[in-house]
Amino acid sequence: MTGSPMSSMSSEFAGVLHEMLDGADVPAVARRWAAGDLAPGLALWRRLAGLGVTGLAVPEKQGGLGASPLDLVAACEELGHHAVPGPVPETLAAVPVLLAGLGSGAGAGAGAGSGPGLPEEWLSGLVSGELIATLAMPPWLPFAADTEAAGLILVAADGVVRVGGAGTPRRSVDSTRSVADVADGAVLGTASGLAVEFGALACAAQLLGAGRALLGASVRHVQVRTQFGRPVGAFQAVKHKLADVAIALEFARPLLGAAALSLDGALGSGVLGGGVLGGGVLGGGVLGGGTGAAGRDVSAAKVACGDAAYLAARAALQVHGAIGYTEEHDVSLWLTKIRALLPTWGTQAEHRARLLACIS
Amino acid sequence: MTSAFRAEVREWLGAHVPDPPLPSLDTAEGFERHRAWERELAAAGLAVVSWPARYGGREATLSEWLVFEEEYYAAGAPARVGQNGLSLLAPTLFTHGSDEQRDRLLPPMACADEVWAQAWSEPDAGSDLAALRSRAVAVSGGWLLSGTKTWSSRAAFADRAFGLFRSSSSAEAGSRHRGLTYLMFDLRAPGVTVRPIRQLGGRTGFAEIFLDEVFVPDADVIGAPGDGWRIAMSTASHERGLSLRSPGRFLAAAARLASLWRREGCDPGVRDRVADAWIGARAYQLHTQATADRLAAGGSLGAESSMGKVFWSELDLALHETALDLLGPSAEDRDGPDRRWLEDYLFALAGPIYAGTNEIQRTLIAERVLGLPR
Repeated sequence: MTGSPMSSMSSEFAGVLHEMLDGADVPAVARRWAAGDLAPGLALWRRLAGLGVTGLAVPEKQGGLGASPLDLVAACEELGHHAVPGPVPETLAAVPVLLAGLGSGAGAGAGAGSGPGLPEEWLSGLVSGELIATLAMPPWLPFAADTEAAGLILVAADGVVRVGGAGTPRRSVDSTRSVADVADGAVLGTASGLAVEFGALACAAQLLGAGRALLGASVRHVQVRTQFGRPVGAFQAVKHKLADVAIALEFARPLLGAAALSLDGALGSGVLGGGVLGGGVLGGGVLGGGTGAAGRDVSAAKVACGDAAYLAARAALQVHGAIGYTEEHDVSLWLTKIRALLPTWGTQAEHRARLLACIS
Repeated sequence: MTSAFRAEVREWLGAHVPDPPLPSLDTAEGFERHRAWERELAAAGLAVVSWPARYGGREATLSEWLVFEEEYYAAGAPARVGQNGLSLLAPTLFTHGSDEQRDRLLPPMACADEVWAQAWSEPDAGSDLAALRSRAVAVSGGWLLSGTKTWSSRAAFADRAFGLFRSSSSAEAGSRHRGLTYLMFDLRAPGVTVRPIRQLGGRTGFAEIFLDEVFVPDADVIGAPGDGWRIAMSTASHERGLSLRSPGRFLAAAARLASLWRREGCDPGVRDRVADAWIGARAYQLHTQATADRLAAGGSLGAESSMGKVFWSELDLALHETALDLLGPSAEDRDGPDRRWLEDYLFALAGPIYAGTNEIQRTLIAERVLGLPR
């Protein structure tokens, strides 16, 4: 039995973050990012770093906060809520876990032309906000996102982490995002199986935040948009559609907190799949090295948050009507981001399969 | 404390849960067998764990009550024949009743010497409960009740019932939500006729109640005459929320569903629905726990309980539909070894309808949680 899904500290932190992002005109920043002008977005990331966001998953001994996964979830939910552009689960969660977990095998590999201290330098770059990192983890994350913005590109597969070289970025359905193939480079060390769990959890939180934002936008819109002489929100069909979104978001959220607590437990005990990223047998229900309660809870969170966010997106588009089907309206930023993120960090089907494997 | 409590509950249930299961409580024989089971539970101090000791409880916290419920369903223990009283009337008595009423009514409720039926709906007042027309006329020392109540759960075999009656006309009271009085009455009193109604599936889980000048003493009015609507609504969230459907029921059923899925060969076409049932049960457990923590910290249960009601009722139905789909042609067999899935499915079918239809709940969510215009 777990306690409350969010600690009071996490919710205070989320409140501070919300206030900052609310005043930062993130949609304008995102549109500049989409047009190829990354500078305002990178400045925003440095402000996030100033609040500690990029150091949450970096261990204290490497200059980070070594925070509870609950705080990471709270931060990622806020970044999703505000549609912050950039590789959020990668930079905030998966890459710090990979770099910090290079551990015993790191020494030899890290010497491959890059110097033994490099992972530490990267970690401090993440903490300071000077470095944005992305990665590919085939087969769950076959492409690296936002390679143009990233000062570090990694590839984690077959139990090892390598430096990656990005191919030509391709446009995403989310105009503020790109995806690229990544070629293998020098081996850095062993890949922690926790990385994919942290990435998937961060992505789930980002999706939930985006879904909440769309519910809020939908509610505001139907309160003011008038047809047939009434606000469209007075029509029962609209009410019931948005009530379903509220229910889905409400019941997805506790799963995030539970997964964060399970991961916290797995971090402490090293229970998770021996700590090494597995070969990724999707059909067999193995995603990453994760088995047991933590893997089960991360998958439950990703499925529920993904489904709730997508329901929120469909409902938002429908209740906005034609204006929602334009690029000009800001809801498009959230609608397309949800569609892009939904199958990343393990598809819904892969997570459902893994969950059943974990509860057998 | 919680783990010791869990162990005690698990051990007692392990030694006492009837095997084979009791006959349905919606049969005359099954009802009395369930009443006897409640007496056994009460004797073990497990019937009403969250109540004060003076009424037969042990003052368990909400979290401990949730533990009890998890263990209860995991053990496959019998349905609670006293549910209406325990989850609807008791919270009302705790909040709005008098000491005399609590002392007189709660102990026999706890050991099922008195099993309660609810008497809300009428033939022309279902979702629109405030349209009710059954009357309470003041007489010396009490009231005379007349009218028809229907869809009254457990009324076919229960001892007493509670519900709302119109004690002054809407015109006199100024609103149809005023002038309603919350009353309790004896189902065997002169002037009461109970007509059992066969439900989908053939059992008499509810009944129609005809009242013809049935005398009820003043002592059986809860709260002030005319204040019944406010009293009923103040505890309506109990009916929709955690006290009616504890997460234990769904966690146990989702685990059984996963086992059934494996037994039937891990059909990939049904896999996602099996996973979603488990995720839904887990989400409901976590959400309920968070609600219990919030209530323990002094919070209150408001319109958000409508979200829970829609969620659990649809989860329950989807879970059992998935089981029937997995069973295939043998699912229809009411006498076969897997018949429990069908019986529980029939039970789940009613969930989106009672305690306020899910359509009513969605409207409440939209207006009271999201703030959409009426």
